[in-house]
Amino acid sequence: MTRQQVLDLYFMDARCKLIDLAAFLDRVDRGTGEADFRLAALQNSLKALAGSEASRAEKVLLTLSDPTVEPVAKALGKGAVGAWPGASGSKAPMP
Amino acid sequence: MRYIEPHGHMVSRTTDDYQDMVTAGCAAVCEPAFWAGFDRSTMHGFHDYFCQLTDFEPKRAARYGLPHFSWLCINPKESEDVKLAEEVIGIIPSFLPRPNVLGIGEIGLNKNSRNEMKVLEMHVDLAARHQQLILVHTPHLEDKLKGTRLILDVIRSDSRIQPGRVLIDHVEEHTVRLVLDRGHWGGMTLYPVSKCSPARAVDILDICGGDRLWMNSACDWGESVPLAIPRTGLEMRRRGWTAEAVDRVIYQNPIRFLSQCPKFNLASEPV
Ligand SMILES: [Zn+2]
Repeated sequence: MTRQQVLDLYFMDARCKLIDLAAFLDRVDRGTGEADFRLAALQNSLKALAGSEASRAEKVLLTLSDPTVEPVAKALGKGAVGAWPGASGSKAPMP
Repeated sequence: MRYIEPHGHMVSRTTDDYQDMVTAGCAAVCEPAFWAGFDRSTMHGFHDYFCQLTDFEPKRAARYGLPHFSWLCINPKESEDVKLAEEVIGIIPSFLPRPNVLGIGEIGLNKNSRNEMKVLEMHVDLAARHQQLILVHTPHLEDKLKGTRLILDVIRSDSRIQPGRVLIDHVEEHTVRLVLDRGHWGGMTLYPVSKCSPARAVDILDICGGDRLWMNSACDWGESVPLAIPRTGLEMRRRGWTAEAVDRVIYQNPIRFLSQCPKFNLASEPV
């Protein structure tokens, strides 16, 4: 596809998602209390968007991933929250 | 547009979905054993579920002219209890000769725990002993990268397993190359919020080639879209893929992988 074709097909969709993301960050700002690690993780992953290199989607996914390699001793709960809490552990709700 | 749904949890869906899928061109559906949203407490619960997957559900699908196949296992979300897993794995061989059973799946990891690893190894051993195909579930979200790496190492450490007989499902941009580089097949799951969107799945096909990749809706009791594959076929057409190229990915690719099990044949054509 040409760049023009990609824009014709996807620009409005990307614009919509971008504004939704901006509105989400505003909503978080207006909220009260402390945010957990997920907000910092999301803000950190935004840096991958600003870069000019290819594979931005891969880089965003990597910034949100558990980078450790050893199995955990026990599964605590079944769900995932979308961002890695870091070696210090999670304060986010575990579904 | 003809297509195969290689991963759908039809026990969670209504007959309306069967009707819609067949109307949209579905030529076969394959149903891996999975988590029902709650933990089953005994091996007998799994026994009944395996009967549902190998007897009741194929009959329900047949009413719409749709061939139905299944994969058996105790899924990773219920693999923390190793003793229960041993009991469940013990009854699987008696189901393997059933005519619609394609192999062992969807096995894998969920939270990447030691017990999940043990149960994964037991399943890989079961598949090797019975020469079964393997379908692997990779973990969700932040756990996917680590889980995919651990799973790939477990499979590689069993020399009886041929990489081309293993499909690693739910790949995304950060795991797809790891899977393909080991000689396995990869599955892309088309979900509304998590996993892949249709646009991203087509991006991955553009970048990695469509040689050993398939797409699935993984429709179940959660947010999911039973018609996700034909809708992605439409997305491919809008992006300039020819009808033949779309057909190769959504129809011929699943057939190439699944036909490694002689029981996979499409006796009835789409109605
Ligand atoms: Zn599934």
